[in-house]
Amino acid sequence: MTNIASIPYFIPEIVLVVFAVVIILYDLGSKKTGGNGAAYLGLIGLVIAVITALVIGSEDRSLFLGMVRLDSFAMFFKIIISVATAATILFSVRSSELDPETKGEYYALLLAVTLGMYLMASSTHLLMIYLSLETVSLTSYILAGFLTHSPRSSEAAFKYITFGAISSGTMLFGISLLFGMTGTGDIMLISSKLGEMFSQGNVYPLAVLLSITFILAGVGYKIASVPFHMWSPDVYEGAPIPITAFLSVASKAAGFALFLRLFYSGFKSADASIDWSMMLAVVSALTMTVGNLAALPQQNVKRLLAYSSISHGGFLLMGGVLLTSEGLQAILIYLIIYLFMNLGAFFVVILIANEVGSETIDGYRGLVSRAPLIAVSMAIFLFSLTGLPPLAGFAGKWILFAAVIKEQLYWLAVIGLLNSVVALYYYVRIVKAMFLESSDDTESLSFSPGSLVLLLIFVVPTLLLGIYWNPLYELSRASLGKLMG
Amino acid sequence: MLSLMIFIPLLGMLVVLFAIRREQEELAKRVTFIITLIPLLIAVFLFVDYDRSAPGHQYEEDMMWIEAFNIRYHVGIDGLSVTLVLLTALLGPICVLASWKIDKGIKAYLALFLLLETGMIGFFCALDMFLFYVFFELTLLPMYFLIGIWGGPRREYAAIKFFLYTLFGSVLMLIAMIAVYLKSGTDDVARTFDIPTLIELAKTPGHALADPTFQIWAFLGFFIGFAVKVPIFPFHTWLPDAHVEAPTAISVILAGILLKMGTYGLVRVNFAMLPEGMDFFCNGEGRWGNSLAILGFINIVYGSLCALAQTDFKKLVAYSSIGHMGFVLIGLAARNESGLTGAILQMFNHGVISAMLFLLVGVVYDRAHHREINGFGGLGSKMPIYTGITTLAFMASLGLPGLSGFVGEALSLLGAYSKFKVLTILSTAGIVVGAAYFLWTLQRVFLGELNPKYEAITEINGREIATLVPLGILTIVLGIWPSIAIDMFREAVSLLPLVQ
Repeated sequence: MTNIASIPYFIPEIVLVVFAVVIILYDLGSKKTGGNGAAYLGLIGLVIAVITALVIGSEDRSLFLGMVRLDSFAMFFKIIISVATAATILFSVRSSELDPETKGEYYALLLAVTLGMYLMASSTHLLMIYLSLETVSLTSYILAGFLTHSPRSSEAAFKYITFGAISSGTMLFGISLLFGMTGTGDIMLISSKLGEMFSQGNVYPLAVLLSITFILAGVGYKIASVPFHMWSPDVYEGAPIPITAFLSVASKAAGFALFLRLFYSGFKSADASIDWSMMLAVVSALTMTVGNLAALPQQNVKRLLAYSSISHGGFLLMGGVLLTSEGLQAILIYLIIYLFMNLGAFFVVILIANEVGSETIDGYRGLVSRAPLIAVSMAIFLFSLTGLPPLAGFAGKWILFAAVIKEQLYWLAVIGLLNSVVALYYYVRIVKAMFLESSDDTESLSFSPGSLVLLLIFVVPTLLLGIYWNPLYELSRASLGKLMG
Repeated sequence: MLSLMIFIPLLGMLVVLFAIRREQEELAKRVTFIITLIPLLIAVFLFVDYDRSAPGHQYEEDMMWIEAFNIRYHVGIDGLSVTLVLLTALLGPICVLASWKIDKGIKAYLALFLLLETGMIGFFCALDMFLFYVFFELTLLPMYFLIGIWGGPRREYAAIKFFLYTLFGSVLMLIAMIAVYLKSGTDDVARTFDIPTLIELAKTPGHALADPTFQIWAFLGFFIGFAVKVPIFPFHTWLPDAHVEAPTAISVILAGILLKMGTYGLVRVNFAMLPEGMDFFCNGEGRWGNSLAILGFINIVYGSLCALAQTDFKKLVAYSSIGHMGFVLIGLAARNESGLTGAILQMFNHGVISAMLFLLVGVVYDRAHHREINGFGGLGSKMPIYTGITTLAFMASLGLPGLSGFVGEALSLLGAYSKFKVLTILSTAGIVVGAAYFLWTLQRVFLGELNPKYEAITEINGREIATLVPLGILTIVLGIWPSIAIDMFREAVSLLPLVQ
């Protein structure tokens, strides 16, 4: 589809841009009273973007001369990302970390990063993929360093940039290699080109493997897979908590969208002669093991959740190892569930940081007698992250492992499940502090009704999706669309 | 009917949590007691109404739950499960009575207890593998909190150890379960979790599930999952810690029901569904042919010897549980009618007797605030009724003929003798050691000079007697007339893949 004809299908993204600009203008115009106008504008923008996206529908269309694709797969991720962004905006309103004076550009940047993620989910051209990745990265750097008075936050931003620059450079090199071999940047064409080249035998498999590995560096950085994960604990710890929540869910989801599209529709035809699914399996096993083992000794809950989110990245990657439709579906389902339970856990961290002023496990001592509802909700999120039935995390884990075992990767399933035993240990440390230990402070904490309602929005799906998850399965099947060819 | 029994405690949990105010502790206890009576009434009705001559499952309920994976809500009971459901339902109100003196956060305690009961009853009724697993895991969370919050001084350590061990076992079980599901069909033939269907498929020659190599690996996965729960040596080390730290009522549940979940799983899944795998480990030939019997033997002898060495009353009872579960294992390994009847009977009897023992330990601990066996002496003169009931429980547990413990153990060993002669003879040593530690304890605690510290110790009270009497009656009745229990599961046993 030509550029002009594509515009009507690009309205959601345009809405985001417009609202980002409107927020900046509003911020300039309004007196710096610290109101939440910018936040609500951001929410409105997101809602309109999602509504327009739903109205446009998800019929398969190739936009902007093959740069971007509109399909149900992209739609799925756009909604996930929008929900995560909306939650982040609501969290930010409630977080006392952020300086009210700078909130205007903060929300504008959030919409900009959402735009980048929309594009990550729908790009089908290597150039566009690189641009969308950079849009997300650059805005994320600023958001991570947003606590200007905190040296940790600046350190986080700096580390983020350094790692980001290196991995995106590596990725660009991989892209150039691939472009050199196939003569095109369109991943659909690359797929058929690679298939052709492999069937004729006029290709160095090593060269293809190398370029795919380099591209994987860029993607691996976004989903924080080993060995590109080093940035994430420091960034997660230093960034404002709402941004940490955002990075751990939205950024990861967008990274997976990109990864899946690249590998399922782009590189799959190279599968026959290159055993890179083994490489992915090893990366997945390492990622979850490293994440879990590193989480064990953490005292800071934010940092602990950062490592746990690395290990969940490894879990998710397990579904992508064999490029089966079951695996892909499992990833989509797990992402939905992960969205609720992880954001919920981070929201509790925000509430506790506000009220108790602590991010360490010690700050959670005796929480059950001070704020029973919060403590019980946190326990639900943490046990769901562990994957215990009848919580949603178990449904996700179950579907993921069914996909892995179906391909007879028993060793990977065993590693994955043993990891969930390790994970139990560190999640339970928080539960233990909340329920089994008592604190010197015994006055009960009070939270605004709005915060409690927001908390319930995450608790209820975490409970219900564990008991009945058939709709998730149907939804994920529908979202696969034509991705599997 | 069964759903009612499973979910009434869950409803009760909501009532206790949301309808009763924090100050109304007495009311909360009474309400919980009444709620736990309902499953008991239903269980008694089932026990009476159950058609003993009909094989297969009764009172079945079958509904689609999650279409995408053909997961069904399928419950039903056969003779094997009906006895254990009765045991669970019976221990429910008894444990509520035994928890009467808990003073910290009673509301949360009772709510968790009711959740635990739902998990346990559901587990014994589930006929869908997925449902079975969900209920199996559902017992973990309440148990963790019940030990961790209301337990003794080392409760945190004990609770997390219990949790990690069990989860470790159950993840291996999960892999085996998924593998069985995937092998039960193909992309074109619907796969299933339905346990009766899976049992049929595993017998069908040529079916993927009937493949011996597959069955051996699946057997191992399930076996480790259940072995942690039973517990079978070397997976047993969580048990003494958990028992010692848990409050009395929770120890009762732990020994009475949770351990039975392990052995029940072994019968229901490993024995009935994976006969080839079972054969590999029990046929008495080859390198692995004696494995299960050897493990049973180790449990009996090692558990009994450890019990002999204990000076903590509760730890002694905990290790004796490990020993007694060994009889279940060796009876299962025999794979004949006598062995299995003995094993299943032993499951029920041990549930009753160990519940009594833990309740009795709780009685003396409430008064003396310690459990050091050597720290007592001559209590018989001060607490005659207590001494009498304890003697009954000890005698039942050490296998005195005429009391229930004897029948199960004797049948198990009788069955095992025809297959594993040497091991069976060696295992009887466990009974001798059992007699030794129980009699020695009796002597140290109740006989001899009265320890002057306990001049003022009070006799067992009415509430405590009420918890013990139903169990005491059961041990005597089942000792004299075991066939009321055996009749229940005779048909169920005959349907299992026995080997003569």
